[in-house]
Amino acid sequence: MRKLLFNLAAPVGAFVLTLVISSIALWLFGSNPFEAYADMLGHASRLETQIEILNRATPLYLSAVAAAIGFRMNLFNIGVEGQYLFSFLIAAQVGSLVTLPAILHIPLIMIVAMSVGAMFAGIAGILKVTRGINEVISTIMLNSIAISGLLAALQQRWQADQGENFTSTTLGTTPIAESGLLPKLNGVVEIFTREIGQGRELTGMLAIAIVVGIVYHLLLTRMRFGFDLRASGLNPFAARAGGVPPKHMVVAAMVLSGAVAGLIGMVELADGGKFPPDPIQGLGFAGIAVALLGRNHPGGMVFSALLFAFLDVSAGILQSTQAATKEIVNIMQAIVLIVAVIAYGISKRVQGREEARTTAEALQSAEANA
Amino acid sequence: MTTAIELSGITKRFPGVIANDSVDLAIEQGEIHAICGENGAGKSTLMKILYGMQRPDEGTMTVGGDTVEFASPTDAIDRGIGMVHQHFMLADQLTVLENIILGAEPTASGGAIKFKEAEAHLTEVADAYGLTIDPHDLVESLEVGERQRVEIIKVLYRGANILILDEPTAVLVPQEVEALFENMRELKAAGTTIIFIDHKLDEVLEISDSITVLRHGKTVASMANDGVTAHDLAELMVGSELPTPDTSESTVTTEPALTVQSVTLADDDGRSVIEDVSLTIHRGEILGIAGVEGNGQSDLVDAIIGTATVSSGSISLFDDDITSLSVRKRRERGVGYVPEDRHHEGLMLEAPLWENAALGHQTQAPYGSRWFINRSGARAQTETIRTEFDVRTPNIDVSAQALSGGNQQKLIIGRELTSDPSLLIAAHPTRGIDVGAQAAVWEQIRTARRDGLATLLISADLDELIGLSDTIVVMLRGRLVARLSPENITPRDLGAYMTGAATQDSGTQDNGEAA
Repeated sequence: MRKLLFNLAAPVGAFVLTLVISSIALWLFGSNPFEAYADMLGHASRLETQIEILNRATPLYLSAVAAAIGFRMNLFNIGVEGQYLFSFLIAAQVGSLVTLPAILHIPLIMIVAMSVGAMFAGIAGILKVTRGINEVISTIMLNSIAISGLLAALQQRWQADQGENFTSTTLGTTPIAESGLLPKLNGVVEIFTREIGQGRELTGMLAIAIVVGIVYHLLLTRMRFGFDLRASGLNPFAARAGGVPPKHMVVAAMVLSGAVAGLIGMVELADGGKFPPDPIQGLGFAGIAVALLGRNHPGGMVFSALLFAFLDVSAGILQSTQAATKEIVNIMQAIVLIVAVIAYGISKRVQGREEARTTAEALQSAEANA
Repeated sequence: MTTAIELSGITKRFPGVIANDSVDLAIEQGEIHAICGENGAGKSTLMKILYGMQRPDEGTMTVGGDTVEFASPTDAIDRGIGMVHQHFMLADQLTVLENIILGAEPTASGGAIKFKEAEAHLTEVADAYGLTIDPHDLVESLEVGERQRVEIIKVLYRGANILILDEPTAVLVPQEVEALFENMRELKAAGTTIIFIDHKLDEVLEISDSITVLRHGKTVASMANDGVTAHDLAELMVGSELPTPDTSESTVTTEPALTVQSVTLADDDGRSVIEDVSLTIHRGEILGIAGVEGNGQSDLVDAIIGTATVSSGSISLFDDDITSLSVRKRRERGVGYVPEDRHHEGLMLEAPLWENAALGHQTQAPYGSRWFINRSGARAQTETIRTEFDVRTPNIDVSAQALSGGNQQKLIIGRELTSDPSLLIAAHPTRGIDVGAQAAVWEQIRTARRDGLATLLISADLDELIGLSDTIVVMLRGRLVARLSPENITPRDLGAYMTGAATQDSGTQDNGEAA
């Protein structure tokens, strides 16, 4: 009971403090904080907005899991951004080259995306164990190589044949056949509620993200590999003495992280069917924040991904209702992150002290009874 | 002579440990005063207090007769105290001169650094103390000994007349040690007071004027270096008031469990840290390794456990050559390991006890398999360890950091012994734990030995070594220099071998047919 209270104190405290600081920021911008919050919540209670939030939370969650796999063993994979964009492009191109039954076509695209992400991230892992290059540096460089180099060059080369009707909608890679597109989940939602309007569609990747979350949870708690991963993060020297091969783990963690990163772009691919000229960017970096806020925990990151998605979606709403500028949302995301990280730090210390005290007390009373 | 520094009743507590327990120390003006003691005896804490890096909980300090309280190293530097750390704090890409003035640059108005003036002052200081160095050399081009000289000059440049040298010889080869001692004598002749921390006894005896010995955070002796022998110091450092483990009937068999054949191991710089070491441990035998810390014992452990790769030689477990096997494969074949520092290599402090119990055995029943962790099996096994090894804890879900050091150690001993090892490497198995826990650990090791366990025991506690071991070998400068029977040896004799004061010709020979 007491432990639960402690665990809740940090997030609740962080939430209250975030509201206070955000309100001050809104007030400084000349907006009425209460009006802005009311607008945000009012829209979020609508089914269509909720679908939009889920669609946004799905890639954020995948990106957070990719970052969290690294964080669990103190590896900082900043390259999720480059890994997902590059694998998105390759998967879109490979997917457009073939027409297969959906049961083969969709998995093929996913496997290509995951493999490309894994290999691209694996480069940073191999550089670290063979040449001692810090993964932060190498993944930042690999981001530049992927985004400014490979994407720019390959996008042009793989531009779909536009024929006579040259319009902006024909830009991008050749569209994938219907059989390669992951089905939408509208039907599933509509069993429980009314029909979804306004042309909103719930991405099928939500189901994949849930599976990824469950696998990540099982990996950490039930699998030996997950145990080795956490041990390497908690105490790399004890892990090594306990038989965990450090170099092997670095490469494996990077590869696994990159494979999950490869799935991020699949949300947009399932929606648009091609690699567009201007894909959504920044999901890789946002995932780092989501992982931090969710403490790398499979369940915690669900909440933080939904929160970040809610704030992202609210940006558009605030702009259209003119209750506040949309930049306020970025500020709120930053505030919640800083406040939460501080709160976690404090709660960890308090909990450590509390545990030492209760352990000592329990032992003393046990001895007194004996 | 006048007193340069006087510490009285200095006490410093950390959670769960008293690092300094009412320590008294008096250092005369212009002397070289050695402070020695085992690792964890409280030397470093005492020096950190003296240098203003930590504040004592109790006690007073006087420097040059005035009572002082240091809030930071800056205060200590103002009183003329300078410290040369064991790990150099130099910027490789800068020149000697730049390094020396770094943080204390003489500047003209407008912020320009007055290099000419700085160089003149540097030359003056260096000449006054007889320390030669070229101010324009890049630090990255310097040898280790020269870098140390830069550190010393840096401190003197800032006006220090009391120098603290923290284990200055640890990083040096013998010739460099000679050069350092020569410099120290020059400094002393120029009137500098030097506090010298070391645990290599021959060096302490060679250079110091007086010696203070610390043990378990207390001053056990303070004396002039006059007729003191290495034996005396070793005895003072290790102490003999601890209960002695009983020698019991021999259970040594003739079946070799571990065979180490002419193993040589080099460190990152290519220097040999162990050289041509051969030894055999039989089933049911405890082989003790004696030696002053830093003479290759921990490197030998690394080679056997597999965290270091040998340059030459071979290691076999029973009939199998394990020289090139991974740590995990060795562990799976029954190599148990009690590391010398349980927080560094033994435990995941933030993880629950049952996960800590699984560490090192997670690939094997009952903790897990190649792919999975068996949570219920691991928890049940941890409960067994808790009962059999008397780990005092309310439950097995508390994190390892909530336990006292003794209980943490019992958990480690328990997890290694219950996994049915054929070889146990026990490095300082009773270091830093209370007397009761110590007796329990000895009993458990002895019980396992009766069941045929081969044990490599490394300990700084000579009574423990003599009491538990069936055979004792002595390590000095990376080599095995003596092979002794514990029945007819005293800590005093052992100390003589450890410091090289006594030698034995047959020590380095293979001892395959022992006992």
